Amino acid sequence: MIMVKIKVILLTGRTIDQGTSKEHGKLSKEHEEKVAICEVDSSDLKKLAAKKDSNVKVSSRYGSVVVKAVESKRGPHPGIIYMPYGLWANMIVDPHTHGTGMPSFKGIPAELEAAPEECVMSIPLLLERTFGKKPK
Amino acid sequence: MTLVKNVTCPICGTLCDDLELEVEGNSIIDVRNACAISEAKFLNFNDPKHRNMKPLARKDGELIEVSLEEAIERSARILAEASYPILYGWSCTSCQAIRVGIELAEEVGGVIDNTSTVCHGPSILSIQNVGIPTCTLGQIRHRADLIVYWASDPYSAHPRHIERYTSFSDGRFQESEWEHYVARLRGILGKKRISRASARVLMHEISIPAITGLKLPPKFETKKRKLIVVDVRKTRSAEIADFFIQVEPNKDFELLQALRLLVKDEDLEVDKVGGVPVDLLEDVADTLISCNFGVFFFGVGLTMSAGKHQNIDAAIALTKDLNYRTKFAIIPMRGHFNVAGANIVSTWQTGYPFAVDFSHNYPRYNPGETSVVDILQRDETDASLIIASDPVSNFPRSAVQNLVKNPMIAIDPVISPTTIMADVVIPSAFVGIEAEGTAYRMDRVPLPMKKVVEPPKICLTDEEILQRILLQVRRIKQTGGKA
Ligand code: SF4
Repeated sequence: MIMVKIKVILLTGRTIDQGTSKEHGKLSKEHEEKVAICEVDSSDLKKLAAKKDSNVKVSSRYGSVVVKAVESKRGPHPGIIYMPYGLWANMIVDPHTHGTGMPSFKGIPAELEAAPEECVMSIPLLLERTFGKKPK
Repeated sequence: MTLVKNVTCPICGTLCDDLELEVEGNSIIDVRNACAISEAKFLNFNDPKHRNMKPLARKDGELIEVSLEEAIERSARILAEASYPILYGWSCTSCQAIRVGIELAEEVGGVIDNTSTVCHGPSILSIQNVGIPTCTLGQIRHRADLIVYWASDPYSAHPRHIERYTSFSDGRFQESEWEHYVARLRGILGKKRISRASARVLMHEISIPAITGLKLPPKFETKKRKLIVVDVRKTRSAEIADFFIQVEPNKDFELLQALRLLVKDEDLEVDKVGGVPVDLLEDVADTLISCNFGVFFFGVGLTMSAGKHQNIDAAIALTKDLNYRTKFAIIPMRGHFNVAGANIVSTWQTGYPFAVDFSHNYPRYNPGETSVVDILQRDETDASLIIASDPVSNFPRSAVQNLVKNPMIAIDPVISPTTIMADVVIPSAFVGIEAEGTAYRMDRVPLPMKKVVEPPKICLTDEEILQRILLQVRRIKQTGGKA
């Protein structure tokens, strides 16, 4: 089967679920479920032939990461995907600060594809694989 | 059981100071007046599953328990021996701790930077360039009749902001719009129900009016308090608003400049700007001019997207233009509860609000060069001290790569991706729950943070921990390396 890739603009930001789940522990399953996600417009999910709550791979010039795709309740916003702030989103944001000190966390060109076979990595695993240092 | 009143919330820059906590023994058992995030914090902060309860140090690649003295000594040695350490975080601790942190940065010739570097740093650059017409939240609560949240979603990030200071607050001269909102919501829900029923009976749906559109709703012709949200997507706050303007990503600068022209009665020779029809923008410009007292609250949606500080230049310039026609103010929506305090303490101690470099033995400030993300990307630092912050989660991957490969000290009450990657971990007390201190609200009003319960014995306050490290650094330097 040919995997469809679509071009999107990635926004990252705060969500209330991320804020409350953080208080249950940043390494908790609950936090992971609220943060390792990507809100996708329903029309884009159709294009990918991805099921709701299935895994997708988001890639930018700076890397790629697998997260769970959830259908956006804030649509319609075809071509725009939204990821809560956190380790997963920061794998792919634009680190350039253009002399201001501030990387670009919003408005990053990215590609989205269905990844039903791939798993969402937990924080310790993602840290170890990415940075080669063993977390606690 | 005791009821502790007027507790200041140690989470976001809204710094609500009306919380009431029920305390039994040394536990908080109930929270009143708090939002969902705050309640989750007060009821879960002490959960041993995610609380740092032991000083730790990395030996042979593993973090193992050590004495507090050893953790302090290891931290002091890392900092004293480093040639260009970074001291980062500071927005979730007290002003008193930040003051000691600056002394420590000066002592070790390092760079001290706070989290505003990755949130409102560009806003500060812009304010330094062009100034800022601003006011306190109290003035807005009582007097503002037009509220604009631009690239900010208070519902998610500052949940009580709307209720305490803007549209849903009852001011002396402005009424809360809560009832109007509830009525509108009921109307929409009713229509949804009718629509669903008609879909079943008549086989076609009745459309529900959207809050976006090409025309401002009738409310904008009245004297009532109005709420506009401008954002790249329909956030929860946008759903509450009287009108929502959806701008294309990275097009805020164009939209702000277009509004500036319209406010100055100039014509635009295009049909749309940033995806928004010019006819609609003309009506919005009229609304901005015809209010008695308006305010822009802007979020990191402006500072983090293309244009960065230039977006803020444009927003402040628009506010200034509006002040020739009416009264208008602008306030950044500061995130962490004391990020404003971090800027203020840093400014009064060093002359600069963030990204302060002491490596030349005097403070230097040049964001883009002395800001931590840039230092990390250039791979120039050789050690770090992270306090009350989680850069491993919050920085871009390439910056984290260079952070974690060097010795890293983490001072934090909670376990986070940063603490599990650190080389020394020092558990601390929660400011505003287990330790008192001062914090600054987003409008730069200082408020006292309370100590409500006792911290675990091993958890000192940030201020004490930093003082101990500072003392130890001085000893190491005096004895030429021998502690
Ligand atoms: S709005 Fe912010 S300061 Fe107020 S209770 Fe909620 S988290 Fe705390």
